[in-house]
Amino acid sequence: MGPGGATARAHPHQQFGVRTVTVLIGQLFTGVSIGAVLLLIALGLALTFGQMGVINMAHGEFIMAGAYTTYVLQQVITAAGWSLLIALPVAFVVAGAMGVLLEFLLIRRLYARPLDTLLVTWGVSLILQQLARDIFGSPNVQTRAPELLTGNIALPGGITVANNRLFILALAGGAVVALTLALRVTPLGRRIRAVVQNRDLAAVSGIPTARVDRMTFFIGSGLAGIAGVALTLLGPIGPTMGTNLIIDAFLVVVVGGIGQLKGTVIVAFALGVLQATGEYLTTLSVAKVMVFIAIVAFLQWRPQGLFTLRTRSLA
Amino acid sequence: MTTVARDPVTAADPAPAPPTRPAAGPSRHRYRAAVGFAFGAALLFAVAPLVLSDFRLSLLAKYLCVAMVAVGIGLAWGRGGMLTLGQGVFFGLGGYAMAMHLKLADAGPGNMPDFMMLYGQLDELPLWWRPFASPWFALPATVLLPMAVAFVLGSLVFRRRVRGAYFAILSQALAAAMVILLIGQQGTTGGTNGLTDIQGFFGYDLDDPVNQRMVYFIIAGTLLALLALARHLMQSRYGELLVAVRDSEERVRFLGYDPATVKLVAYVVAAGMAGLAGALFVPAVGIISPALIGIVPSIEFVIGVAIGGRATLLGPVLGAVAVAWARTALSERFPGTWTYLQGLLFVVVVAFLPGGLASLIGLARRRDDGEPRPSRLGRFRPRRREGAA
Repeated sequence: MGPGGATARAHPHQQFGVRTVTVLIGQLFTGVSIGAVLLLIALGLALTFGQMGVINMAHGEFIMAGAYTTYVLQQVITAAGWSLLIALPVAFVVAGAMGVLLEFLLIRRLYARPLDTLLVTWGVSLILQQLARDIFGSPNVQTRAPELLTGNIALPGGITVANNRLFILALAGGAVVALTLALRVTPLGRRIRAVVQNRDLAAVSGIPTARVDRMTFFIGSGLAGIAGVALTLLGPIGPTMGTNLIIDAFLVVVVGGIGQLKGTVIVAFALGVLQATGEYLTTLSVAKVMVFIAIVAFLQWRPQGLFTLRTRSLA
Repeated sequence: MTTVARDPVTAADPAPAPPTRPAAGPSRHRYRAAVGFAFGAALLFAVAPLVLSDFRLSLLAKYLCVAMVAVGIGLAWGRGGMLTLGQGVFFGLGGYAMAMHLKLADAGPGNMPDFMMLYGQLDELPLWWRPFASPWFALPATVLLPMAVAFVLGSLVFRRRVRGAYFAILSQALAAAMVILLIGQQGTTGGTNGLTDIQGFFGYDLDDPVNQRMVYFIIAGTLLALLALARHLMQSRYGELLVAVRDSEERVRFLGYDPATVKLVAYVVAAGMAGLAGALFVPAVGIISPALIGIVPSIEFVIGVAIGGRATLLGPVLGAVAVAWARTALSERFPGTWTYLQGLLFVVVVAFLPGGLASLIGLARRRDDGEPRPSRLGRFRPRRREGAA
């Protein structure tokens, strides 16, 4: 399931010897590439959850929207490389627009009730899934990956690294850098940080918090669209593709702590590596349970997540 | 710092409402509850079996199992504010415990359940299956196992004050992990298919309509008992405390109570109810599988509660039965339409009618009296925005 399996995959019961190091590095890369997918999905969630405290279950369907955008663009622009490149900004705008619409129609009425937002957006995600089924049909569809991203790169020592995984890693890295810059440097970023730190004070200082919320939702949902484009490189596109990924991404946000991106980045990769290692040593299903237990144990130590903003609220 | 005593939570909250005891004396209240209880019992035990065909009655039995889960969610979420999106886990634990026993009983002593020969290629029964051969172990386990899991998770999580959306996500992740585990261990759990084709129920043949009717009566009786238990809890001092924790956890803590324990009790009781529901679901439907307990069914348990009225006693039951009935009626003929409708129900009810349909009744009743009285049905108050937590 999900973003697993990429590279040099030896059997666990092979005898450990010279290959051990190779296998370890291969598993590490598998973990990192799982982490990159998680990171792309979780970035947008961390942004909206951190600022507004609402859980957007429809985030997974924004991923789906990004993926289907890629599919549709490939019907128009047949060159796979170009359609993928063009899909990145288009999917960002499509998913972002959906996010803004959702915020404007529903979520902004529910900021006082974060838990209810979770249920409402779950309803929205059901509707969007069915919409996708009605438009594109229930069976999964597939996009063609560009030539450049289909092969492997062989590293010394017999390690092979899949190009599409590298591309996703680069995309996740680029998204983190761009988002960090946007938050640090731009006027909008300054306003977002102000609202995250103290909403009331920001409002008193003349920051239009409602408009800032909407822009945050645009960016957060847009990132989901980009994650969707990336996922087309890994597997088929289907109406329920978002549901499976979204919970892992939420766990990343919960464990990472809100209000800061570095927690999300660290935890995404940590969970990716943990899962890959667990999967290698046991099986996928046991690894999932291990990850869950690790998260509950971690929350005993830091219930607010890895990093939190210091606030004076009683939490 | 001279203003230490003034706690910020109180400062931001509206004035606390006086405790809403029923206007009439408790004796009249009890009398009304007894009448309602008798009416419900008459409906379930006399009217339904007379009016409904065997097929419809077995469907109703299935819905009533869902309603049992809903009673627990009403307690934990409606009264306690814990949005648990993983009740399917407890439903599943109860269901699997019962199904394992029934499979072993079907196979007969010394034999293995049929599916294990199919994919497991096991020579003997796995160790953790063995105790379930005894009904003295399996029957208590259907309730105690879910309660134990809820106790462990709840005490870890609530003590560390993990709450709100964090708790919801964790409970959902638990459901995801459980399903993946069940599917992954196909040889001993039946995998995606689950435990199917259950034929006997403690010596009674489940294909016989008479025995199906007996199962229905057991389920209806259990549901009534659970309702009585939930009512007792809600009416007690504990119930008041639970609502207080929901509305202002910090204030309850300042008063000297331990909110973690208060929440834990409701969560564990809800888990036990879900486990019992799962256990009775198995003889009623004849199957338990991961598809019945995963993320999607878990969250669907919640929608019925939201529609009926999360903080009321009967709202969750009626809502759960109504939603389950609507699904059967609509999803067979128009599967797509049902999904849209279900999504819309989530959106419209939760966003615009947070008290559920019960709050409509509360509104109507207030209008009849001409005087505003604090309705026990519509006691839901929108909560203050949570801060960093």
